[in-house]
Amino acid sequence: MFRMNQAVTQIDGLPDPLTTPLDELDVSDPRRFEHDTWQPLFERLRRESPVHYQSYGPGGEGSEGDFWSITRFADIMEVEKNWQAFSSEPSIAILDPEPDMVVQMFISTDPPLHDDQRRAVQGVVAPRNLQEFEKLIRQRTQDTLAALPVGETFNWVEKVSIDLTTKMLATLFDFPYDMRHKLTEWSDAATSDERITAGEGLTIDERRVIMMEMLEAFTTLWHQHKASDQESFDLIRMLQKDPKTADMVDDPLSYMGNLMLLIVGGNDTTRNSMTGGVFYLNENPGEYDKLKKDVGLIPSMVSEIIRYQTPLPHMRRTTTRDVELGGKLIPKGSRVVLWYASGNRDSDVIPEADSFIIDRPNVRNHLSFGMGIHRCMGNRLAEMQLRVLWEEIMKRFEHIEVVGAPKRICNNFVRGYHELPVRVHPRR
Amino acid sequence: MPVITFIEFDGTEHQVDADAGISIMETALKHNIPGIDADCGGSAVCGTCHCFVQAGGPLPAVDPQEESMLGLRPDRAEDSRLGCQVVISDEMGDLTVKLPEFQM
Repeated sequence: MFRMNQAVTQIDGLPDPLTTPLDELDVSDPRRFEHDTWQPLFERLRRESPVHYQSYGPGGEGSEGDFWSITRFADIMEVEKNWQAFSSEPSIAILDPEPDMVVQMFISTDPPLHDDQRRAVQGVVAPRNLQEFEKLIRQRTQDTLAALPVGETFNWVEKVSIDLTTKMLATLFDFPYDMRHKLTEWSDAATSDERITAGEGLTIDERRVIMMEMLEAFTTLWHQHKASDQESFDLIRMLQKDPKTADMVDDPLSYMGNLMLLIVGGNDTTRNSMTGGVFYLNENPGEYDKLKKDVGLIPSMVSEIIRYQTPLPHMRRTTTRDVELGGKLIPKGSRVVLWYASGNRDSDVIPEADSFIIDRPNVRNHLSFGMGIHRCMGNRLAEMQLRVLWEEIMKRFEHIEVVGAPKRICNNFVRGYHELPVRVHPRR
Repeated sequence: MPVITFIEFDGTEHQVDADAGISIMETALKHNIPGIDADCGGSAVCGTCHCFVQAGGPLPAVDPQEESMLGLRPDRAEDSRLGCQVVISDEMGDLTVKLPEFQM
C-alpha cells in the first residue's frame, strides 16, 4: 500500500490528501483513522468527487474490490432509502465475505427475510425493556466508577469502556458472567480482518477458529436456555420464542451471523463512544464547562458524542441494477461505500460540522446509526448507556482529565481507541 | 384550519390549531408535544415520528418508503403513520393523533 515514488508529508505515512491526484489515493486506508487524519481527504471528496470510483480494493493497488465512495450526507440518505437498488447483500462492509465463511445476518439481508429476523429480536431493546435494564446498568456503572484509582493514571478504555459494555453484552445474552471476556474477544475478532487493519488484524484462518469457538459456545447456550424454566428478557430467548426464528440454531450460518451482528453491534460502538466523550470534552474545554454548569445537557451531549465519534465510519451496499447518483452512473453489481464519518461532517447539512458542540440544534440528526430499514435497532440502548454513564460521572467526579495522547485503532470499519490515559478528580 | 388533538401515551391531551402545508411531525415539534423524536428531520428514514392518526377526511396514501419503516415498528397498528409524511390540509378535517409508548 505504501508506494515509494510518492511524497510523504503526513504523520500517517500517506501521501498528501489535498495535492495528490485523487485517483492515486486509497480512500479506504485505515491509517488515516489510526492517526485521525481522515477529515481533509473526505472534505475534498465531498467537494470535488462526491460519487467517487476507486479501481482497486482495500488490499491496495492491483487488488480486487473496486468500490465507489459516497461522502455527502444527502447522497448517503438517498442510498439508504433505496434498499431495492442498493442491496445489503452479500456484505455491509467494504470487504466481500470469504467464500467458505458466508454467514447470514439480517444487517446484510434484504426484505423480506430481513424484516422477519429483525422483528424477532428488536423487542429486546425496545424502550419498555430498557427501563428494566437501566437499573442494572446504573448499578454496574456506579460499581465501575467507584473502583477507579484516584491519583494515578490509568487507561479509560480498559477500566471503563470495555468493562461496562462487556457486562452489558453478557446481560443481553444471559451469557455466563464470568466468561464475558470471551464476548469482547469474539467481537474484536469479527471486525479485525487484516485487510482493513493495515496488516495488524487476524488472518482469515485465525478468524475462522475464533468464530467456530463462538458458534460452539452459543449453540450450547441456546440449548441451555431452551431447557431452562427461567423467565428472562434476553436475545436468545427472544429468538426462540418467535416462530420465524425458533429454529435458528439449526442453521449455523444464520445463527452465527445474527449473533455476530448483535455482539458486534452492541460492543465496540458503545465502547468507543464512551471513550470518545471523555476525549472530546477534554479537547473542547468550553463544552466541558457547559456540561458542568448544566447536566440537563447530557442527553443532547450523548447524541453529539455519537455523531462526532461515528463509531462505524462506513457501511457498504451493492447495486442490483445500474443506478444514477450525483450525475454518475454506477453499474449493476458495484460496491458502494457510504462514509458515515464523512456525512456526519458535511457542513451543507450540519452547521460547523467539524466542531464538537454539545447543545447544537437538531443534534439527533446524524448518520452514525444509519438510516432506513437497517437503522441501528440498539440505538436507544446505546444512548441510555452513555446517558447513565455521564449522569454517574458528573455525580462523583469534578473532572476527568486526559493526560496523554490517545492510541487509536487502525481500522476503516471501526473507529475507536486502544488507549486513553486519564486521571480522575473526585468531587470533594 | 384543522384542529389537532395530540394524545400522549399516558392520556395527556394537547389541542392545537394546525397550519395547512406542514406535516403532523413539524406541528408536534413546533408546539413542543412530547413523544415525537424526528431523528432524521422528516425524510421517512428513521421511524421516530411514528403516531396513530384518525382524521375526519381523507389522508394521503402510505407510500412504499413509509410502509417500509412502519412495518418495522413493534407497535404498528392500522392507523399508524409517520408524522413527517402526513402534510396537513383543510380537506382532512380535525385530527386526533395518538403518540406511541416509545419511539425506537
